[in-house]
Amino acid sequence: MTDQLKIDFEKTIKTSAISDSDAKLKRNFLNKFIANGFPSKKFENWKFLDLNQIIKKNIGELSFYNDYSSPSIINKSIFIDGLEHNRIVFINGRVEKINFDFEDKDKIKIIENSKPESKLENDNALINLNSAFIVKNYKILIKENYHLNKPLIVYHTTNNEIKSKNINLRLEFELEQNSALRLIDFSHDTSENNFINIFYNFDLKKNAILKNYKIDKMQNNNIKYSFNNVNQNENSISETFILSAGSNFLKNEINCNLNGKYSSAFVNGIFTLMNNQQHEVRTTINHLTESTKSFQLIKSVLGKESKSVYQGKIFVDSSAHKTDGYQLSKAILLDETSEFDAKPELEIYADDVKCSHGSASGSLDENSIFYLMSRGLNYKQSKELLINGFLLDVVEKITDVEIKNLIKNTIGLN
Amino acid sequence: MDTREKDIENLKDYKYGFSTDIENIRAPKGLNEDVIKFISNIKKEPKWMLEFRLKAFERFKLLKEPDWQKPKYPKIDYQDLYYYSAPKSMKDKPKSLDELDPKLLETYKKLGIPLQEQARLNGIAVDAVFDSVSVATTFKEELTKQGIIFCSMSEAIQKHSDLVKKYLGTVIPTTDHFFATLNSAVFTDGSFVYIPEGVKCPMELSTYFRINASETGQFERTLIIADKGSYVSYLEGCTAPMRDENQLHAANVELIALDDAEIKYSTVQNWYPGDENGKGGIYNFVTKRGLCKGKNSKISWTQVETGSAITWKYPSCILKGDNSIGEFYSIAITNNHQKADTGTKMIHLGKNTKSKIISKGISAGYSDMTYRGLVDINSKAKNSSNYTQCDSLLMGNKCGAHTVPYIKNKNFDSNIAHEATTSKISEEQLHYCQQRGLNPEEAVGLIVNGFCKEVLQQLPMEFAVEAQKLVGISLEGSVG
Repeated sequence: MTDQLKIDFEKTIKTSAISDSDAKLKRNFLNKFIANGFPSKKFENWKFLDLNQIIKKNIGELSFYNDYSSPSIINKSIFIDGLEHNRIVFINGRVEKINFDFEDKDKIKIIENSKPESKLENDNALINLNSAFIVKNYKILIKENYHLNKPLIVYHTTNNEIKSKNINLRLEFELEQNSALRLIDFSHDTSENNFINIFYNFDLKKNAILKNYKIDKMQNNNIKYSFNNVNQNENSISETFILSAGSNFLKNEINCNLNGKYSSAFVNGIFTLMNNQQHEVRTTINHLTESTKSFQLIKSVLGKESKSVYQGKIFVDSSAHKTDGYQLSKAILLDETSEFDAKPELEIYADDVKCSHGSASGSLDENSIFYLMSRGLNYKQSKELLINGFLLDVVEKITDVEIKNLIKNTIGLN
Repeated sequence: MDTREKDIENLKDYKYGFSTDIENIRAPKGLNEDVIKFISNIKKEPKWMLEFRLKAFERFKLLKEPDWQKPKYPKIDYQDLYYYSAPKSMKDKPKSLDELDPKLLETYKKLGIPLQEQARLNGIAVDAVFDSVSVATTFKEELTKQGIIFCSMSEAIQKHSDLVKKYLGTVIPTTDHFFATLNSAVFTDGSFVYIPEGVKCPMELSTYFRINASETGQFERTLIIADKGSYVSYLEGCTAPMRDENQLHAANVELIALDDAEIKYSTVQNWYPGDENGKGGIYNFVTKRGLCKGKNSKISWTQVETGSAITWKYPSCILKGDNSIGEFYSIAITNNHQKADTGTKMIHLGKNTKSKIISKGISAGYSDMTYRGLVDINSKAKNSSNYTQCDSLLMGNKCGAHTVPYIKNKNFDSNIAHEATTSKISEEQLHYCQQRGLNPEEAVGLIVNGFCKEVLQQLPMEFAVEAQKLVGISLEGSVG
C-alpha cells in the first residue's frame, strides 16, 4: 500500500497547482499517515471496529489518485424535494457546485484555500491522510448577525465511475457572532467499495448556532469515515443529529471543544442496521470552562449480523465548574447475530459538576409485545410500533421542525 | 482524646508504618533462573513446580510491560529487587506458635492480628504472611475436622500436591499478562484453601499480608477451591512499613467455584500509601480472577481500597457454568497523591448468568481515580444479565475521577444496564449535618459512609467496622 500511496501522492501534486511549500507540508502529513497506516484495533479508539481489517476484507487494494480535471454532470433527481435549500454538491469527491441562491450574498463569504491544516490537538491518522490528498478546500464564512434563510444541504454523491478508491472531502465553516446555520449532509451513493474520508471544521463565535444533520440512509457498499471538529465560544450552541443506516461501514466522530461560558453541545443519533453493517459513533465533548452543558442520546436497532458501537467521552477540565454532562446509549438487538458495544467514558477533574451516563442493551420487551397483541395488533405490527417509538424519542430531540419532518419522512416514522 | 481523634492521630503516622528488626534470609538480588531455582529449592518444591515457574519465566522474558493504564509510574528495575525475603527463624519452620520468633508475634500483635489462639477475639482463622513466607495459620485443627484445608501455599505444594497441580494456573495461566506471569515465576507464598464437597466453612478464613523488608517485592499466590455445594468466606488484609522507596506488590489470586459452590472474597487493602507529597508507598498490581466453573456457582468480590501509592487491579469473574453469578462491590478512596485504576471484568459464557457491579470511588487531595470495567456477554450466554452502577465523589478540584466502562453485548437475549454519576458533597447536605451539631469532618464522614453503604453492607461484620473507620480516616484533612 505504501508504494501506491507514494505514487498516487506525487501524481496528485503534479496534476494540481500546489506551491512547493504546501507540497512539503502535505508530504509531512503523508509520512505521518504511512508510519502507522490505516488504524487497527491496536489503537484504543479503534478497539471495537478495526478499519484496517475492514478495508482489507472489503476493498483489498485502494488507489488514492483522483482525476478532478473535468466536471461531472449533476443528477438533479437526487435533490431533496419539498424543502427549499442552498446546496453544495460533491461528485466523487470533487466540488461541482456551490449555491447560496436563497441568501444575501454579502453575508456569506466563500474562501478557496489549498493550505493543508489540521487544527487538531491529537494526531488522527485519517485526518493526516485527508490533509495529504486534499487539493482544494473551501471555507464558508457566515457574517455577524446573519441567520441563513434556508438550510444548506451538502450532497455527498458518488457514482459507478469510481471503484476501490479513496476520496477525501473537507469543508470549513466559521460562524461569526450571532449567526446561525442549518446544515444537512446527505449521502447518495451508487458506487461500490470505496473509502470516503470526510473532515469538517467548525468555528462558532459568540452566540452562534450550528445545527448539523447527517443523513446516511441509502444502502451502499462503501466504507466511510467522518470527523466533525467543533470549537465553541461563549453562549454558542451546536446540535448534531446522526442517522447512520446506509453504508456498509460508517464511523462518525464528533469532537466538541466548549471553550466559552454557557456554550452547549447536543449529539443525538440513530443506528438502524442489518446485513453485516458495522457503524460507530465516537464523541469527545471537552468541557473546558465553567457553566457548559452537553447532552447525548444514541439509540440502535440491530438486525442480522450487524454491529453498532458507541464510544462517548465527557472530559471536564479542573476549571470547568458547573458542568452538566449527560450521555445515554440504548440498543435493541433483534437477532442472535447482532452485537452492541459501548464505552461511555467520564474523565473529570472538577468537583462542582453534574455528570452521568447510562447504557442499556437487550432484546425487545416481550411483555410490551404481548400487551399490543392483546389489543389486536399482529406480531409484526407490534414489533414495528415498539421500534418506531424507541427511535422517535431521538428524532423528537431535533429542534428544527422543518428538518424534523424531513427526517421522519426519510426513516418512515410518522 | 476520644477514639476518633486517636484514630486520626494514628493515621497521621500511618499506624502500621513501623518496621520490625528481624534477621532475614534473602535470595540474591535480581531476576534470573538461578533466583527462581533458589526459591524453589528453599521451599523444597517438587520438580513440576519448578518447571511451572521456569515456563512462566520463559514467557515473561517475551512480554512487554503494559502502559495503557491511567496512573503512570517510573520504570521499575526488575533486576534491582529481592524476590525472596524471609525471617531467619522461619528457616526451620516452627511446629507450634510457641516456637515462633517472639518479635514476629509482637509485630502481629501491633497489627492487631490475633495469632495466638487463646488471645482470639472473634474466632477467625488467620494465615499470616510476612514478606515472602507464611508465618502461622491458626485454628488448623478445628478446620481439619471438617476436611477443610487452610494452609500456606508452600505447605499445600508439598502436602496437597495433587490438588495444587490440578488447579494452579487454570484461572490465571502462566501465559497471562506481564505481572501475572512474573508472579507465576517467582511467587513465594500465600494461602491455599480447599473446601470439600457440601461443607459450609464454619468460620471466616483470613490472610494478613505484611511487607517488612526493604527493596523486596511481595509476590504471593492464593488459590481457593470450593468443591460442589460448599461455601467459604475469605478475608484479606494488608499493611507495610513506611519507606521512601516504592515497593512492588504483584499477587495472583485464583478462585474456583464448582457446582453450587459459593466463594465470598473480601479485601481491606491498606498498604502504605506514601507520604502527603506522594513519596514512597506500595505499587499494588494484583491479578485476581475467579472462575465459576460449575452450574449455579457464585463468586462475590468485595474490596475496600484505601492504601497503596498506586492501585491497579481488576478482580474478575468468568461465568462459565450455567446460572452462575458474579458480584463485585468496591469502595476505592484516594487522597493526597494516591492513584487508583481499578474495576472488574465480568465475562459471561454460560446460560442464565448474572452479574452485578457496584463501585464507589472517592477522590480527594491531588489524587486520581479511575473505574475501568468490562462486561462481555458472549453469544452463547443466553438470557444473561448485568447491572452496573459506578458513582464517584470528588472533593476539591485538584483531583480527578474517571469512569471507563467497556460494554460488549453479543447476545440478543441478554440485558445490560450501566449507570454512572459523578458529584460532590453538596453544601446543603453539609449544612444540614452541621446544623444538627456535627463538625464538618464528622459530617463528611457520615455522608461518605452513606455513599458507600451498599458496599459496606457486603462486608463481614468484623471487617465492616474496621472499614467504616478507615473510610472516615482516609479522608481526614480533605474538607475545607
